[in-house]
Amino acid sequence: MANAKGSIVVDREKCKGCEVCILACPTGVIQLTREVNAKGYHFAYMVNPDACTGCSNCAIVCPDGVITVYRKKRPPVEKSVQ
Amino acid sequence: MAENLKTQDIIKAENLVYSKTPVLTDNVMHYCPGCGHGTAHRLIAEVIEEMDIQADTIGIAPVGCSVLMYNYLDIDMQQAAHGRAPAIATAVKRLMPAKYVFTYQGDGDLAAIGTAETIHACNRGENIAIFFVNNGIYGMTGGQMAPTTLPNMKSSTSPYGRDVELMGNPLKITELVAQLPGTWYVTRQAVHTPSAVRKAKKAVRRAFENQKLKKGLSLIEIVSNCNSGWKMSPVQANAWMEENMLPFYPLGDIKLEGNLLAKE
Repeated sequence: MANAKGSIVVDREKCKGCEVCILACPTGVIQLTREVNAKGYHFAYMVNPDACTGCSNCAIVCPDGVITVYRKKRPPVEKSVQ
Repeated sequence: MAENLKTQDIIKAENLVYSKTPVLTDNVMHYCPGCGHGTAHRLIAEVIEEMDIQADTIGIAPVGCSVLMYNYLDIDMQQAAHGRAPAIATAVKRLMPAKYVFTYQGDGDLAAIGTAETIHACNRGENIAIFFVNNGIYGMTGGQMAPTTLPNMKSSTSPYGRDVELMGNPLKITELVAQLPGTWYVTRQAVHTPSAVRKAKKAVRRAFENQKLKKGLSLIEIVSNCNSGWKMSPVQANAWMEENMLPFYPLGDIKLEGNLLAKE
């Protein structure tokens, strides 16, 4: 398991639904929504947020720069099993 | 399990690893979905931010899709007549040698109407950077054949494919200017995958840093897609580009620190 967990925030009104980020994501986190934004584009969202590692691949290929990436290290796993 | 990190715990300012650079304005780009221009703009903006030269950079916008580039970069910009961006950049750089000057041109601008300006600016060795976005087509005017259109590639003015006997061969202007003594750094990059973007960003950074050396001109070709002109979806266009454009326009450095690199 990756020792860091990430999350992305998509500016849904600026996203043009080009799907370039979907191919760039190594863990298959991103998909397009069924709904559309004000301009009529399907926009990207996290379909599988638990798999995101915060690698920023999606953000650096996004032609419109609409993706913001956050990443946090996981806290050390505690030995006690609940 | 250690799945105790919630999305709202991660989305906090202290965990931010990537966001849009403030050198890019908040205007929504007019480019088609998936167009490489947006990524190329962002790379230039990110390098300007990293080098902290926002107040010292002057960009020259071309004619073509990227004519409105000054709406998207929060720096001083001048728009040039069609193909004449290297001439304007020469004037700006000579009058203000301490500024970082770059032009941003498409293939219809740089390789067709502006061939003379491009070649002479490269030959004179002006200390500017030229960013040349090559999508093999005239994108803005409706996908007509450009000098860089591949053999047998369909465009709106070559609907049966480019016939080399009738219409001539594609022009590899990047290899051409690499032969000139005035160029210091000539490279070809792409922006369609994360690894290509990272390499392209290093090239852009080097082009800006070379201006301090005063050794000559840096030309960065960025092979890009034109999904509207090619009549494809953005993902298909990127795949087509990898299959057809990149074998003809191979990526990598062509001239490094004034020395032509031998072909593999």
